[in-house]
Amino acid sequence: MRAYLIRRLWQGAVAVLGALLIVFVAQRLAGDPVALLLPMDASAEDFAAMREALGLDRPLPVQFVVFLRDALTGDFGESYQWQAPAMPLLLERLPATLELALAGLAFALLLAVPLGVMSAVYRGRWVDRLAKVLALLGQAMPGFWVGLLLILFLAVRLQWLPAFGREGPLHLVLPAVALGWYPVAAMTRTLRSSMLDILDSDYIRTGRVMGLPERTVIWRYALRNAAVPLATMIGVYFANMLGGAFVIEVVFAWPGVGRAVVDAVFARDFPVVQAGVVLSAVIFVVVNLLVDLSYGLIDPRIRHG
Amino acid sequence: MAERRVPVVSCVVLGLVLLCAVAGPWFAPHEASEIALAESMTPPFWRSGGSLDYPLGTDMLGRDILSRIIAGARVSVTVAVYAIALSGGIGAALGISAGYFGGIVDAVISRLIDIQMSIPAIPLAMLFAAVLPPGEGMVITIIVLTYWTWYARIVRGEVLSLRERDFITVAKVAGVSSPMILIRHLTPNVLNTLLVLATLQFGSVIVFEAGLSFLGLGIQPPQVSWGGMLADGRNFIEVAWWLITMPGLAIMASCLASNLLGDWLRDTFDPKRRIT
Repeated sequence: MRAYLIRRLWQGAVAVLGALLIVFVAQRLAGDPVALLLPMDASAEDFAAMREALGLDRPLPVQFVVFLRDALTGDFGESYQWQAPAMPLLLERLPATLELALAGLAFALLLAVPLGVMSAVYRGRWVDRLAKVLALLGQAMPGFWVGLLLILFLAVRLQWLPAFGREGPLHLVLPAVALGWYPVAAMTRTLRSSMLDILDSDYIRTGRVMGLPERTVIWRYALRNAAVPLATMIGVYFANMLGGAFVIEVVFAWPGVGRAVVDAVFARDFPVVQAGVVLSAVIFVVVNLLVDLSYGLIDPRIRHG
Repeated sequence: MAERRVPVVSCVVLGLVLLCAVAGPWFAPHEASEIALAESMTPPFWRSGGSLDYPLGTDMLGRDILSRIIAGARVSVTVAVYAIALSGGIGAALGISAGYFGGIVDAVISRLIDIQMSIPAIPLAMLFAAVLPPGEGMVITIIVLTYWTWYARIVRGEVLSLRERDFITVAKVAGVSSPMILIRHLTPNVLNTLLVLATLQFGSVIVFEAGLSFLGLGIQPPQVSWGGMLADGRNFIEVAWWLITMPGLAIMASCLASNLLGDWLRDTFDPKRRIT
C-alpha cells in the first residue's frame, strides 16, 4: 500500500510539474509582458528597468526555477485587470465552481444509476432502448447548447427557473443539468455493462435461489459490485467538471473559476490564466488520486499491495 | 441485429455536411454575410411571418440562417480535416514508435502521454487561446495538442501486441530494416483502428470547435462558424428561438452521424467488441 501511494504521489507530482512547464513555456511564447504593463510612450530605460524588476533579464533556466519557487507558494503574480494576486482571486471563486460541479455530478448520477441498472435488468426492452437513445444524444449535444435550450424553454418560455447568476438553490438547477448532461451517457453504458456481467455471476444466482427479494438482489448486492468501474468514471468526470466548466459558467453567468479564466483570456490577463490552468491541473491530479485510493473502501478485494 | 445495417442516414448526413463544405457557395440561397435589415428576425418558413426565401429564418441583421449554416459547415470541416490528419498522424507515429522500439523511446513517449492526459483539455485550450492569435490555425493547434494522446495511446497498445506476432518476427529474421517493418508491416495493421478513431474524432472536433468559437476564442467573425452563430443568437434568446436551435441542430446532426458511423466501423472491424 505504501509503495503504491508513493508511486501515485510521484506520478501526480510529475504531472503538476509538467503543467507548470507548459504554462512557463506558453508564457514565454506570449511575448513581452513588459509591453502590456507599460504605457505606449515608455522609454527604453523604462523597459529595461521593468524587465530587471520582473527578472526577465536573467537566463531562462533561472527564470524557470524562480517561477517554480513562486508557483509552489501559490504566487503567479498580480492580475493585470484587478491589481490583486491572481491565485487568491481564483480560489475565492472556487466554492461557486465546486457547488456547480457537485450539483452536476448529482444530476448525472441521479439519471445514470437508475437508467444503467434498469437497462441491464430489462435488457432489450424499452428502458434499454431509451437509455441507448439518451446516450447517443448525450454525446452529440454539446453541454453549452443543452444549456441554451434549457434557458430557452424553462427560463424564457415557461419561466419556471432562473437562468443567470448564483442567488439561491434554484439558480443551480439549469447549470447543473447542462454540466451533468455529458457524463450521463458514458456512466449509463458503463453501469449497464458491469451490471450485465454481475447479474450472470454465481453469487447473484445463489442470492436468488435463497429466495432473496429481486429488489434486494439487484439494488443491494449487484449494484454494489457493479458500481466499481463507475467510481473511476465519477472521479474523472468530477475532476473535469471542476476544472473545465468554462463554457457552462459563461452560458449561465455563473461566478466561478472558469468564467474568471475566460474573462482573463480576453483581457490577456496572463497571471490569472496561468493560475487557472495550474489550479485545474492540481485539482485533476488530486481528485484522481483520491478516487484511486478510495477503491479499497468500495471494494475490499482491491487493496494495493 | 438492427445495428449491423450500414448506417445509411449517418452517411447521408455526413455526405451533406461535406457537400456543404466543398460546394456550399454554389447552392446556398444567399450570401452568408448578406445583410438585409428589412428582413431582420424573420422566423422559419412554417411560422407566421416566415417565408421560403429564408427557410430557417434570419438573424438580427437579416442574414439567412440556412446559408450561414451551410457556410459554417466549411469552417467545421476544414478545422476537422486538418486537426484529425495532424493529431492522427503525430499520435500514430509516436504510438507506433513507442510500441515497436520500446525501452527509452517508449518511456519518454509514455511519460509525455501521461503528463498531457493529466492536464484537463479545456484549461489547456484557454492557455493557448491566450497565447496564440485567434482563428482556424489556433483552433487546429489546440485540438491537435489535446487529441494526439488519444491516437498515441491506443496505437501503442495495438503495436505492443502486433510486435509479438509471427509475421513481424519473420520479417526481422529475414533482415527487413526497422523503418521498413514500421511502414510496410505495422502501419497497415493499425489503419483500421486509425480510421475508427478519426471518424469518432470528427464529432468531438466539431463540438470542441463550436465551444471555443461560442466563447469567442475560436473562429472570429466575419468567418461564419456554428459556435459563433450560437453566441450571436444567445443575445436574442427571448425573441428569436431559431437563432440558437438551428446551428445547434447542425452540430448535433454531424456529431451524431460521425459517432454512429464510427461505432459501426469499429464493430465491423473488430467483431469481438460488438456490444450485445
